Amino acid sequence: MLLLIVLLPLLAFGAILAGAKARQTAVIACGANLALGLLAAFTWKAGFWNLSLPVLSAPAIHLSLGLMDGMSVIMLLLSVIVAFAAVLTGQAPDGREKLYYGSSLLIAAGAIGAFVATDLFFFYAFHELALIPTFLMIGMLGRGENKAAAWKITIYLGFGSLVLLAGLVWLASATGTFDMVAMQESTAIDPAAQKGIAAFLIVGFGILVSLFPFHSWAAPAYASAPAPTAMLHAGVLKKFGLYGLLRLAVPLLPEGLHAWLVPLCVLLLGNILWVGFVTISQKRLDGMLGNSSVMHMGYIFLAIAALAAVPGGENAWAVPAAVLLMFAHGISIAMLFGLADKIERTTGTLDLDELGGLGKAAPSLAFLFGLVGMASIGLPGLANFAGEVMVFIASFKNYDPAAGMGPVQITCILAIWGVVISAIYMLRAYRKVFQGPFVKATEGASDLSLVDRVPAVLLAVVLLAVGLCPNLLLSLLR
Amino acid sequence: MFAWILLLLPLLAAAANQLYLKRNAFIASLVSTGAVVATFVIALVLLGRDDAVVGPVSWISLENDPGLSLSLKLDQLSKGMMVIVTGIGMLVHIFSLGYMADDSAKARYFTGLSLFMFSMTGIVLAGNFIMTFIFWELVGLSSYLLIGHWYQKDSAADAAKKAFIVNRIGDFGFMIGILMLFGITGTFIFDDMGGGLANFKEGYESCYACLIGTAILCVFCGAVGKSAQMPLHVWLPDAMEGPTPVSALIHAATMVAAGVYMLFRVQLSLGVEIFTETFAGDVIAWVGGITALGAALMATQQNDIKRVLAYSTLSQLGYMVMATGLGGGDAGMFHLYTHAWFKALLFLGSGAVIYACHHEQDIWKMGGLLKKMPITGATFIAGTAALIAVPFTSGFFSKEAILHAAEAKPALFWIAVAVAVLTPFYMTRLVLVAFLGSPRTDDADHAKEVAPVMWGPLAVLGVLALISGFAFFNGIAPATPAHAGEFHVNKLFWISLGALAAGVIPAFLLYGGRSKDPLSIPLFRERFYIDALYDKIVVKGLQNGSAAVVHFFDEFVVNGLIVGGASRLAESFGMLFRRVQSGNLQGYAFTFGIGVILVIYFTTFWK
Repeated sequence: MLLLIVLLPLLAFGAILAGAKARQTAVIACGANLALGLLAAFTWKAGFWNLSLPVLSAPAIHLSLGLMDGMSVIMLLLSVIVAFAAVLTGQAPDGREKLYYGSSLLIAAGAIGAFVATDLFFFYAFHELALIPTFLMIGMLGRGENKAAAWKITIYLGFGSLVLLAGLVWLASATGTFDMVAMQESTAIDPAAQKGIAAFLIVGFGILVSLFPFHSWAAPAYASAPAPTAMLHAGVLKKFGLYGLLRLAVPLLPEGLHAWLVPLCVLLLGNILWVGFVTISQKRLDGMLGNSSVMHMGYIFLAIAALAAVPGGENAWAVPAAVLLMFAHGISIAMLFGLADKIERTTGTLDLDELGGLGKAAPSLAFLFGLVGMASIGLPGLANFAGEVMVFIASFKNYDPAAGMGPVQITCILAIWGVVISAIYMLRAYRKVFQGPFVKATEGASDLSLVDRVPAVLLAVVLLAVGLCPNLLLSLLR
Repeated sequence: MFAWILLLLPLLAAAANQLYLKRNAFIASLVSTGAVVATFVIALVLLGRDDAVVGPVSWISLENDPGLSLSLKLDQLSKGMMVIVTGIGMLVHIFSLGYMADDSAKARYFTGLSLFMFSMTGIVLAGNFIMTFIFWELVGLSSYLLIGHWYQKDSAADAAKKAFIVNRIGDFGFMIGILMLFGITGTFIFDDMGGGLANFKEGYESCYACLIGTAILCVFCGAVGKSAQMPLHVWLPDAMEGPTPVSALIHAATMVAAGVYMLFRVQLSLGVEIFTETFAGDVIAWVGGITALGAALMATQQNDIKRVLAYSTLSQLGYMVMATGLGGGDAGMFHLYTHAWFKALLFLGSGAVIYACHHEQDIWKMGGLLKKMPITGATFIAGTAALIAVPFTSGFFSKEAILHAAEAKPALFWIAVAVAVLTPFYMTRLVLVAFLGSPRTDDADHAKEVAPVMWGPLAVLGVLALISGFAFFNGIAPATPAHAGEFHVNKLFWISLGALAAGVIPAFLLYGGRSKDPLSIPLFRERFYIDALYDKIVVKGLQNGSAAVVHFFDEFVVNGLIVGGASRLAESFGMLFRRVQSGNLQGYAFTFGIGVILVIYFTTFWK
């Protein structure tokens, strides 16, 4: 069954190449995938989802797909929801429909494959499959200085993937298997090797997640990417690195992560505070959103740091916190990029100084953007808050007041300043785009069409549902 | 069950308005008003019921951990507070039916009010600290939406943004404080905190006072933001950009008082002595005292009727915070209770005046309004009498309770007395200039009494402002200090009477029959230059400046030098690859295939 979910977008991609109507095919395939993903969420414990085909005997590599635990299910859900919204949101330039929708499908297939693969080789290969169309879309259909941005992301992520590959190969040789399920049962890795592998994984995955100071590819790439690409990469594909750390580094390399705890804390504060300030000084909406997405990665790293702080210890909050926040961030950033695309299409600009008063002309757009903007800055009732507050609680879960604050608690306190920073940049942007009197660009602006509303409302409903009742997702983790 | 309805009914009204009734503003306004009337009835019913904790309902459930639940706490504090919130909420909704009748976005306005009622109810009934924080943020949102109701006006949009961000600064500390208390007591639940704290105190006597003091100060940051204490007071006067009924409900009577409410809730949960036995109490009391005095001084030189009342609110909130910090949280809550009625009255009265004078807010362009608007004028004077603590009005009893709580610290006591002199001074000035004398503009001359839907709430509040302090009514107060509402002729009585006279008489001499302000004190008028200082130094200098510097470094050092080298290298490679970049997908699919084969090859022959 999982093979079907991975293959559907690929088949649709083939059909588009063969001449099927690009948009319809993509929407149908992603819609079917959404239905299958929801089915998986209810029945994932049943064996019929899993699959394992031998590919290579030495070393033993299998095409194994499986839902190892609730985390895989939640990431799968995130992927199919965002993929559906992304293909609905996009509007391909004339004549480029094949590339436009085909690439989106490839990214979706790669992302889904990476989250459900239980073999290290395919885990890696699926992610690569998704990266290449990302580069292409930015390089060929992007806006502004898209060529430079495309090169930057290609070089950066290519390099990150190489570092990651080295780390994964080391990990496979240390555990003696490529099978990610068998790995969890293998004997503990020698602490010195753990430290080395952890370094490779933190840097490798870190580059893919735009961990400070490897973040500067992200904002220009998202700013110039076509809407579905930005939605899929920032929303889904970027979570691959965090998923990898939670899936591999946290259970297999507890000592290794612990050894890098303080550097990790410093870097994640770089994401939240340093990049936070960079976000404040952005003059364009797309640049602001791209940087804000980088900034929020810091909070998920904070959950990982909370786990790293007590190797082998209990922290019931940290993994659910990280997973919930990944999901919430994925949905919200996808929605933000989708709506920003609408703003650009109706006003012709994303320059904050050229916009104003759009709320009067486009009340639905203003409402939905306001809702998701509030979600992304952690307003209670929307999914991101539940994730963030759980991360904070996770950071203080093992706080011993008598012993004083450890690196994680201090990092958490500094990280909470991010809630102020994010309020500043988001409300400032909202103020400039939607409030105040009309300006030239917004005078004739139109509101969302019915078709435009479908993906935005879908994502908004998910944000509200998970925000009001986080147990909807958390029950998958128990 | 009733408690959940009380909480959720306004949310339902808000959702219904937002989803279905946007185009039918009249029905939307009735839905919101109906919901608040129902919640007022429920609040009264609950007042007669026993104390209880309703729930808990699991919100975040985890493996091997209790997770987090939602529960509603009903005790005298929360039940009394609900009567205030829903009572004033109801009157403000009714008043708004008249005040906002012609507004083009009436449905959005009432949606915002309902959302506020939901959020405020949540703060009051919260059974644990995370819930308090959740609804704390949500009242911030509703306040943001309502201040920015006329968002096409630059000043309103800016004021809304400022309110939200300044509150977030307070919430930064608030969250840290909540987490520290969680670390110390091991729980977020109010009812369990006292036990956790006692255990901690037994084990760690040496670091107890210092840690708990720090935690409480962090929690207090939240109150500093929400209750607009110095140095985060700057958002409240700007918040007057919102519609006036909103100012009455949110920015005078209920939301801004949430900080005091929360502090008293902390005191009840952690133990009565919590403020007096740590250094935190002193800091809190001084912040309150300084705010009370500073804001009262600023109020003496404001000319906008709403701004006078806004600074007066700051000042009175400072009173409550001061009393709470001194361990007199019950006195603070009692003042909160009386203040809610008379300050809501004053704001709604100013709304009626502004409505009647065609949106004129400058008191020097009014005059003689008592004759033109007898009901509004008379109720406004009743509210003023309560605020300046004329004997036997509600404010008289609660102000005496505050002064009594401050007696232990002479410095703060005399600050409180100074505020008790300044308050009658600026309020007498306001009444003399706006309501007495003769009209100074056509707008004031043509002012007419407002419709019954507007003066009705004024009349109700006018009565409450006069009588709600008597012991007879103390059953609905959230908390009452010992001997509240009783009358004694003692030292305090003479001091408050003296303060009243010392304020009223000079004001009469200075402002009787004047048509422009004989006093000019730029320091007070310009609010000690704090706002300008923030704008120039904190926002433009520190925040934008450091953001620009960081951006520069990010662009040219992290990105330019370190990564740029790699990127330039890439560009030269790019020339090489350009031939490969042919643009058709089959080609890329093929290249990808080769890549995969290479990786397989690589991994296979690694060892």
